[in-house]
Amino acid sequence: MIGITSMGIYVPAYRLNREEISRAWRTKSLGGERTVARFDEDSLTMAVAATLDCIKYGPHRPDGLFFASTTSPYKEKQAAAIIAASVDLSEDTRTADFTDSLRSGTIALSSAMDAVKSGSANNIVVVASDCRMGTGKSQFEQQFGDGAVAISLGNSEVIASIEGSYSLFSEFLDTWRLEGNAFVQSWEERFVVTEGYLNTMERIISGVMEKYRVAPSEFAKVVFYGPDNRSHANLARRLGFNLGTQVQDLIFQSIGNTGTATLPMMLVAALKEAKPNDKILVANYADGGDAFILKVTEKIGKFQEKMKEGDRKQIYISYERYLSWRDLVPSEDPRRPDSKPPSVTCMWRERKSVLAFYGNRCKQCGTVQYPPQRICAHCQGKDNFEAYRLSDKKGRIFTYAADYLTSSKDSPALIGVVDFEGGGRAMCEITECEPSEIKLGMSVEMCFRKLGQRGGVQNYFWKARPAT
Amino acid sequence: MNTIKDKVAIIGMGCTKFGELWDKSVDDLIIDATFEACEDAGIGLKEIQAAWLGTVFSGHTALSLSSPLKLQYIPVTRVENMCATGTEALRGAAYAVAAGACDIALAVGVEKLKDTGWTGVQPTSVIGRSTMGTNGTEIQLSPPAMFSELAFRYFEKCKVDIDEGRKLLAEIAVKNHHHGSMNPKAHYQNELTVEQVLNAPIVAWPLSMLDCCGVSDGAAAAIVTRTDLAKNFRADPIYIKSLTNVVGPYRDLITGGYDFAHVEENVRASKVAYAEAGIKNPRGELSVAEVHDCFTIHEMVIYEDLGWTRSVREDIEAGTFTLKGELPVNTDGGLKCFGHPLGASGLRMQYEVYKQLQGKGGSRQVKNPRLGLTHNLGGQLWGGIACISITGNSLG
Repeated sequence: MIGITSMGIYVPAYRLNREEISRAWRTKSLGGERTVARFDEDSLTMAVAATLDCIKYGPHRPDGLFFASTTSPYKEKQAAAIIAASVDLSEDTRTADFTDSLRSGTIALSSAMDAVKSGSANNIVVVASDCRMGTGKSQFEQQFGDGAVAISLGNSEVIASIEGSYSLFSEFLDTWRLEGNAFVQSWEERFVVTEGYLNTMERIISGVMEKYRVAPSEFAKVVFYGPDNRSHANLARRLGFNLGTQVQDLIFQSIGNTGTATLPMMLVAALKEAKPNDKILVANYADGGDAFILKVTEKIGKFQEKMKEGDRKQIYISYERYLSWRDLVPSEDPRRPDSKPPSVTCMWRERKSVLAFYGNRCKQCGTVQYPPQRICAHCQGKDNFEAYRLSDKKGRIFTYAADYLTSSKDSPALIGVVDFEGGGRAMCEITECEPSEIKLGMSVEMCFRKLGQRGGVQNYFWKARPAT
Repeated sequence: MNTIKDKVAIIGMGCTKFGELWDKSVDDLIIDATFEACEDAGIGLKEIQAAWLGTVFSGHTALSLSSPLKLQYIPVTRVENMCATGTEALRGAAYAVAAGACDIALAVGVEKLKDTGWTGVQPTSVIGRSTMGTNGTEIQLSPPAMFSELAFRYFEKCKVDIDEGRKLLAEIAVKNHHHGSMNPKAHYQNELTVEQVLNAPIVAWPLSMLDCCGVSDGAAAAIVTRTDLAKNFRADPIYIKSLTNVVGPYRDLITGGYDFAHVEENVRASKVAYAEAGIKNPRGELSVAEVHDCFTIHEMVIYEDLGWTRSVREDIEAGTFTLKGELPVNTDGGLKCFGHPLGASGLRMQYEVYKQLQGKGGSRQVKNPRLGLTHNLGGQLWGGIACISITGNSLG
């Protein structure tokens, strides 16, 4: 049996109320709110967070990692490898990026399914993540949200089996983004929705039902993509699904359209509520479509228990802060020296301590140290260490600084001295924390973040944030 | 162990005015400080047998000293130890004389910070690694932010809340500005009030802008010789009792355990220096001290680190460290009024102690001077370079 073995979702803590956007532009609000990745997040860091959760909840160590996004931080260079290194997967993990199409998430799922089916992999995490931008005043600016979702496929301990799949392509220019453009553009809405979305999705969904001889009424849930609530409802009516009971809501009201992550996020939402033996129809759209028929197994109940965690905090930001975070307004930095670009050789040599946040522990005296040392800082023993991972440890703020002098989009920059549970201390930037919140002894957890781009190199590292 | 006590004497010193010296170059500052020192010692440039230059950002190699002074084919060394660089240059010169490698040596410290256009100085990377390349994860912590990390835990240790603590810090700034107001060489010569310090913009909570030292240009220089030759140059040479350098293993951030309420290198350097100088009761025996008040919180911690107080609060309130107090500290205005041109600061402090010990302190003169101390801390709180000099106006 091949199917879903685990899932993880990451949505940023920050929210932009659509009323706030419409206030700035004097346009009509689409209602609800959208998520906003902080300036130290991008599709890659969000993918790391979702993948870590997926691995934590799942029964297997993955042997494959596929990354799907239209906003990969590098145009040339694999993001999946950075993610795999950051979540501490072994070198023999199969990695791939699936990019360019908004359907990349389900294209990657199809490929993962085939790989598992063929026996070349046992458990592949597919992580879809996007951080797209619409121009100021556009519908897209209100519609888009940022987020990531990871789904692992395997051949045992399956919570929902894949019973069938169907794909088609369609050459259709509805929304697109050219190389070098920051903003998504699109053709006129009527054409995009009626000829593009509705007709293509009708073909793909009826196609999969015909292929496997399933009637609409047999599905406990249908999960399909929609560009907006109205078109989504129209399609459901056309295909004869019951909007009230069968159709999975779009995540538009509280999150927004998260690009490649939209449909997999909806699927996760459906599985969180699913019961054993439920049949679920899944259909994604863009440049054609992908459809899957899933059957929920007995293992779902136990998994749903594991996923029940406290809600993360939500922080509402102003439109001006959003503009600053996205570099949409030129702004002045403090008069401080520029940081030197990182040395690539140095990053490579220290990749395990940078990307997976490993320190080491002295085998003689047990002292945990970060960064990893060769001579023990406590007992001066030489080269007698074991690797010790800190990224998964919680910690407490021993002391901190609120620095108004460094260049940060949110001034003051918060820097904490973190003492880790089980030993070890490191000085870290603190993220997702307002200056008034920080206290001595505050409990923190680690998260993977973007430090910025210097010398053309994307620079990532771990930061601390208030523990959930 | 052999010690340097009373083997070397300072026979001449020079110090430029510190400040925003837009019309002076690094070379100008080196020349002005060196010539004042030579004139003070009554020697010419040609009599210098070896020279040390201390600078962090304002020069590379010995050529940055030999070129402006046109030194003629003598040994010249450039040293760098962050904020302790000036004292390090003096150490090099003094130890060379003590070793018998030369009879007359020059130490110059210089820094020109105001040509960069920056606010404050460039931070060294927190991890303290090579400046040629890092893995990109070093935290860009500004110096005031680093020292602000001391405040929370030190206030807690002293059992004062943030508001009381900030007031004590402000008293230190007010004291140093009062001293600086009497010093024509200081960058800032204005008096401050506690309210002004408390109400200045916050730079790194709980430190306001006026808890921070200024950013300045400046240079200072010293001429040293063997004690037995010193009186050939002047009647009132100043004798070196100790020149201590203590460097930590950079352990305290790597492993934890550091309390952020003291600086270990300060404590250890003072113990070594007192032992070498034969000082048993520093508070009673020292006549004057110039300490590293880069930020008021550091001066506050130093009072305890260097063994001068059991209750910082009581002593600040009693005025122990003011000009008229039991142990006057930073009588020239300190880093607070001179700013901190890194390479120059240690020698600028020595200049004040030298003049005080000679009874040339003018309106800032301390009573019955006998022994004086200078103190610098370079690097980081959790891994630093502490340099202490103790000098006296008599032998033994």
